[in-house]
Amino acid sequence: MSQADMAMHHPGGVMTEPAFAVPARKMAIWLFIIADAATFAACLVAYGFLRNGSPSWPTPFKFSPTVINAMVMTFILITSSLTMLLGVRAGKAGDRAAAFRFTVITAVAGIVFALLHLREWMGMIHEGVTLFHNPWGTALFGASFFSITGLHLTHVVGGVVALLVVGGRYKAGRMNADHLEVVGLYWHFVDLVWMFVVPFVYLLNVAR
Amino acid sequence: MVDAPDVLQTEPAAQYTDSLGKYIVIYLCILALAGVQFVFAYSGVHAGGRFARMFLVALAEGGLALLFFMHLWAEKRGFLLFVLVFTGFVLAAMQYGWTDSNRMERGVPNSQPQIGSVR
Repeated sequence: MSQADMAMHHPGGVMTEPAFAVPARKMAIWLFIIADAATFAACLVAYGFLRNGSPSWPTPFKFSPTVINAMVMTFILITSSLTMLLGVRAGKAGDRAAAFRFTVITAVAGIVFALLHLREWMGMIHEGVTLFHNPWGTALFGASFFSITGLHLTHVVGGVVALLVVGGRYKAGRMNADHLEVVGLYWHFVDLVWMFVVPFVYLLNVAR
Repeated sequence: MVDAPDVLQTEPAAQYTDSLGKYIVIYLCILALAGVQFVFAYSGVHAGGRFARMFLVALAEGGLALLFFMHLWAEKRGFLLFVLVFTGFVLAAMQYGWTDSNRMERGVPNSQPQIGSVR
């Protein structure tokens, strides 16, 4: 069939098969995730570059409270990925109430994660760590720490807002399970990034 | 007039019909791997060794999340390859900068002007 024939059959114009049989909305979030992965990787590579090239790189993180806090935050984020998955699964099965419930639980986990993160930031700022200064060694430590964790925290906050908005609209019947799946993919990605931030930014800098 | 859909309707590959037990097992595996990273942090291995081990564990954790939580394994193989090859190429290309980082740290090669060299 020629393109002209296809255009005649479809009022919207020429239609094409979706690439890899992935719906357009889902393909869009995957492309965003790939681009965002490059953003985080660039930050982590730049951080590694600075750390590798700075002889006075500090290793200030004590087991309590920083490492324990990082453990709890990791547990919360990984668990929130599971609840998100259960929410999408329930949505795909047509259980609207369960899907909304799991989405809200995921959002609450994200809020707790963000609060723990902010508490830790406040503790570090109280110890004298800022973007341009810290009491332990090269000033680049504070800049890289706040930049990378701040970028991740921004993603978490954005994810919480997206979860609440999409969850609410889904419950109201204005969105479907495919929308939940898209926001779920984003949330899993935020979790995935944290799996790399913790070892590189926290665990390689523990006080020994 | 009927609105045209964005694309032709095609059944998506990922169906989210796996058993709950499978998801729980993967969740526990990811949690365990995360715990291993914390153990490595306090191991007696030098920093380079700790980095390598933690990086491998993070790759395993991320791989599980990517393939099963994000259902990439259930998508068409072409899409799986597209995501992995495209992302892998971009991330690998970023490693170009490491050569200069090592030069800064160790002072070789060509970090200092050579005596008698042309400037």
